[in-house]
Order: sequence, then C-alpha cells, then structure tokens
Amino acid sequence: MMRMSRYILVGILLGFVLYKSEAVSWYRIYEMFRFQSFHMYGIIGSAVVAGILIVQIIKRRHVKNVEGEVIQIRDKNKSIPRYLIGGFIFGLGWSMAGACPAPMFILLGSGYTVFVVYLLAAMTGTYVYGLLRKKLPQ
Amino acid sequence: MKETLLQLQQFIAEPWPWYVAGPLLAMIMFILLYFGHEFGISDNFRLMCAADGADEMNDFFKIDWKNGGWNLMVALGAVFGGYLASHYFMGSQGDIAHISSATVQQLNEMGVPAKEGATPLVPEFISWSSLFTWQGWLIIAGGGFLIGFGARYAGGCTSGHAISGLSALQLPSLIAVVGFFMGGLFMTYVIIPLIFPIK
Repeated sequence: MMRMSRYILVGILLGFVLYKSEAVSWYRIYEMFRFQSFHMYGIIGSAVVAGILIVQIIKRRHVKNVEGEVIQIRDKNKSIPRYLIGGFIFGLGWSMAGACPAPMFILLGSGYTVFVVYLLAAMTGTYVYGLLRKKLPQ
Repeated sequence: MKETLLQLQQFIAEPWPWYVAGPLLAMIMFILLYFGHEFGISDNFRLMCAADGADEMNDFFKIDWKNGGWNLMVALGAVFGGYLASHYFMGSQGDIAHISSATVQQLNEMGVPAKEGATPLVPEFISWSSLFTWQGWLIIAGGGFLIGFGARYAGGCTSGHAISGLSALQLPSLIAVVGFFMGGLFMTYVIIPLIFPIK
C-alpha cells in the first residue's frame, strides 16, 4: 500500500502542475498551435532542458534508483513511419480535443464529468489500434 | 502558523508561470525514474483496456496490467490533483485561461465566444449538452479516439515522447513530436475553422 500511495502523490503533483499552469486548457493548446503565446512552449521547453540535465547527470554519475540499481533508460525502437504517422494522428486529436492524456484525468477530477467520454473514446482508440496493429506500417 | 498556511495556499492558488511548471514536470519524470519507472500517461489507456477484459480478445492487450498498477495510481492521483487544485486552490480571478489578446480575437472571428481575462479553462462546447451537436461529438469522442489511437501507434504521448523521450535525446521521440505538431497544425489551421461556429 505504501508503494502505491507514493504514485498517487506523484499524480497529485502532476495534477497541480498542469492545472495551475493552465496546460489543461483547450484554449492554451489552440493558442500554442497558433503561435500566439510563448507559455506552452516555455512549459515544454523548460521541462526538456531540465530533463536533459537530469538524464545527463543520471548517466554520468550512474545514479541508483530506490531499489539500489543503476537507472537505465531504454532506447526507443528505431522506425520512422510509426512515429510520424502515429504522432500525426495524436496531434490531430490533441489540438481538436484540446487535452492530452494527463489533462483528461485531471479535468475529470476537477468536476468536468464529460471527460469520462474522452477517456472512453481514448480507450476505444487504443483498442482499435490493438486490432489493426499488424496491418499498419510500423 | 495559520496565517503562514493561508499565505501558502494563496501562493499556490495563483497561476503558475511556465518556468515553474516545466522544471516540475522534469522533476516528476525524475521521481518516477527513481522509483524504477518511465513517465508515460497514455499507457494507462492500454492498461484500462486490458483490465476490462481486452487481454482475452487481442494479443496487444495480453499484458499483466497489474504490473502497470503504479501508472494507474499516477492517473488516479492526477484525478485527485485536479480535484484539490480546482476546489481548494482556485486563483483570485477564478480558474481562467490567461490567453493572449491575439488568440481571443482569433477565436471571436471564428465564432467562438472568448473574453480577455474571463476565459474559463474548459470551453462551453466541452460539456454533456454539446454532445447533442455533431461538433461537440466530434471534438469530444472524435478527439479522444484519435488521441488513444495515435498515442499507442506512436508509442507515447506528450509525457512519454515530448518530455521523457526528448530529455533522453531519443531520435524516435523527436520524430513523434514533429508528427504531433504536423497533426496539430493541420487540425488548427484547416479543420477547426470548419467546425466553428457551433449552432
């Protein structure tokens, strides 16, 4: 139970960060794709800059995880079509729905119960991908 | 003591600037790495499918979803976080999206009601009642479907590729992020203008 509760705390922090920075807002996503504000680019950009520093420190200092093992970050499989086409489809959904997966959970908690429909639709999309996977270019 | 706590609450309640939010997201990635996991929210959709019985119908869902329990807990925590932030830490102006005046003007021209300094985080057209319009249905169910499909096809979403993947200098993640933006720009410039106004 202790092991699981720490993940709930991480999730709560994630919820605060994305809610209070307005990254959960449809309007903020629209504004980003119209290049009318630096805000979203600032969030993603500073997360990546800080993330690169963290990953470099982990790699150079062989930082260990809570179990005492050196943290390994697996390389992602090499391919182009999969990431480009899959990414394109995700991007269509991201900008139309105005929310990526984490904000769906966060806004549901904020009381916008209609996000249940988002989650069910996203599960359906994932399921249909599972069915078609072998027929799609990877 | 009580006063300090109230000040802290007010401090948290104000909108968070990007330079606070971004590094905190990187810290969340680090905390999860420290616990032995990689940050990626969209995998929860697959876990939720598997937990609902899809594991018996299709190989892609033949995963021990209980191993993903940690990730489902992150998602559950995000639900709590959304509840706490919106109920106990509402900003002094309410929960509004501080979008630029250029965006407000753009939206108004397109027939989307928006007011500077008074735009809610969630638009009116994302609600149960808008599911009775084709546009609402398209945005909510269609958008959700594309997100679930695309995230699994690309092997990750904003957290898995744009944050974790780019931080680890993964070329596949850069390709995925380029894909995200191509899709997002096509939707924003070509399709969204056809969807509005909603009548």
